Amino acid sequence: MASHQEFERSIGEVVERIGHLKELANARGLDVDDELKRLEARLDELRAETFKSLTPMERVLIARHPQRPHSLDVIERIFDDFVELHGDRAFRDDPAVVCGWGRLAGRSIMVIAQQKGRNTKENLKRNFAMMHPEGYRKALRLMRLAEKFRRPIITIIDTPAAYPGLGAEERGQAEAIARNLLEMSLIETPIIAAVLGEGGSGGALGLSVADRIVMFEYAIYSVISPEGCASILWRENSEEARQKAASALRLTAPDLFELGVIDEILAEPQGGAHENWDLTASLLAEALQRHLDDLLARPVEELLARRYEKYRKMGAWAGD
Amino acid sequence: MTWFKKEKKKITAQKRALPGDVWAKCEDCGEIVYREKLAENFNVCLKCGHHFRIDPDGYAELLLDRSLEEEYDSDLMSVDPLRFVGPTAYAERYERALRKVGRKEAVLTGRGRVDGLEVEFGVMDFRFIGGSMGSVVGEKIARAAERALKSERPLIMVSASGGARMMEGVLSLMQMAKTSSALGRLHRSRVPYFSILTNPTTGGVTASFAMLGDVIIAEPGALIGFAGPRVIEQTIGQELPDGFQRAEFLLEHGMVDMVVPRPELKPTVSKLLRHMVDGQSG
Repeated sequence: MASHQEFERSIGEVVERIGHLKELANARGLDVDDELKRLEARLDELRAETFKSLTPMERVLIARHPQRPHSLDVIERIFDDFVELHGDRAFRDDPAVVCGWGRLAGRSIMVIAQQKGRNTKENLKRNFAMMHPEGYRKALRLMRLAEKFRRPIITIIDTPAAYPGLGAEERGQAEAIARNLLEMSLIETPIIAAVLGEGGSGGALGLSVADRIVMFEYAIYSVISPEGCASILWRENSEEARQKAASALRLTAPDLFELGVIDEILAEPQGGAHENWDLTASLLAEALQRHLDDLLARPVEELLARRYEKYRKMGAWAGD
Repeated sequence: MTWFKKEKKKITAQKRALPGDVWAKCEDCGEIVYREKLAENFNVCLKCGHHFRIDPDGYAELLLDRSLEEEYDSDLMSVDPLRFVGPTAYAERYERALRKVGRKEAVLTGRGRVDGLEVEFGVMDFRFIGGSMGSVVGEKIARAAERALKSERPLIMVSASGGARMMEGVLSLMQMAKTSSALGRLHRSRVPYFSILTNPTTGGVTASFAMLGDVIIAEPGALIGFAGPRVIEQTIGQELPDGFQRAEFLLEHGMVDMVVPRPELKPTVSKLLRHMVDGQSG
């Protein structure tokens, strides 16, 4: 079902052979159980091998995998009674971000999620999940709504970047992101950010000032894309420069955990989230519930104080 | 992250001109001006009004009664938290900036007075790795905001930056959240925060503390934006209109309160401060 990237090619070949074998068995009524078992064992082995030693750039490709579950795929699997709400009440609705009420284990939650498209038509509508200022303002409006009704907020992060375009600049992309950073640090209700795929710089940060940040194992989060970094620092856009940039930026989930930026790494199904959407969604649901239980038990003053400290201590320097 | 696009040949605006270095050429209109006259005119071109770049000391002298009366956190130094492996080592670029600028980071913070009123003051240095914000810049600005909150002195920040410092990776990105959170606390108090945007202010600095002022003032002609012009041109595949992302463009689109020429900057800030600070109406 899933299409495969270059580094997964051998996995893809075995998956294909299994498919052929099953077809053959069905068509001709052959007994292929032994052969199937052998191939499936080989598949497990290959996946374990490939994913044990992924390079940072390969992780970037998994985070952007065309078959990776996107926000709505996850939302429909874990939230009940999801109702989408639209618009920033000032300019327009930004379809690059989906916001609305959902219910998780009986609790109403405001969900704010960046949404990639799966094909050209969808991507035209979703703008490849690259938000405009009105998207950040819609998100803030609805986070305020959650605060008003004392409901927690969950943001799902999956964007290459905030959109760098004419209209975005005219309408104050920088101000919109800055405003969200400030307001999210003060919102009096629990916030959890979940990095599902790509955490693209300020575009991702504008929705992820939170009490907890959880991140999928092969998701990435970076100040700049490897491509952008390669073209600026190495002044070239070669495969080699991109790989160097991806390694230098320390953008993988284990890196971010080590740097003290995220709170938890969510293990992905074997072979990556794209191999099993249901399992991916249930792993996220479990983590969200666990963090919500903990955060909702704390007084709001404590939440805000801890949220402040969390960001206040990020960074590294010498001297005092 | 435009800071290292063409390093334009700098026409410096230093007060103590070197012997022989008595003339400067305006990079806007090409006029050759006498440095002494230029300095008397706040380093603004006498012919076309172009604002020459001035350094942090220049801004401290321009805005404060007796420059900076006390500097804070001048010993904070950057480390290389990612052990960044690039074409040039981070440590080497940092050393170079250190030698060139004679300060340890891209922001200078301290305390001074505006027409007698005590303020917390911060000013960025574009010469220091493009005024980029890494951990130290973020930390110094967060501390300045916290000092303003505690002392109830208004905070004035003068920005000039290409954005986040790539070589500190995601830690530099998080400085946007750190500085904005610190300003959030200030925002809830009744202590004014003034943001002054100079050429250029882009990227992560614009998308955090620079656009969060109670009052935002831009210098004429300053480039101010989220994405750099080159990135936008590449994305949309067309040339940008004249004046796009310039201070006047932002004023027209409602993104800054005022565009104020340098000679009027201090009187304007002073007048505004007195509208916003208790017991200073005299």
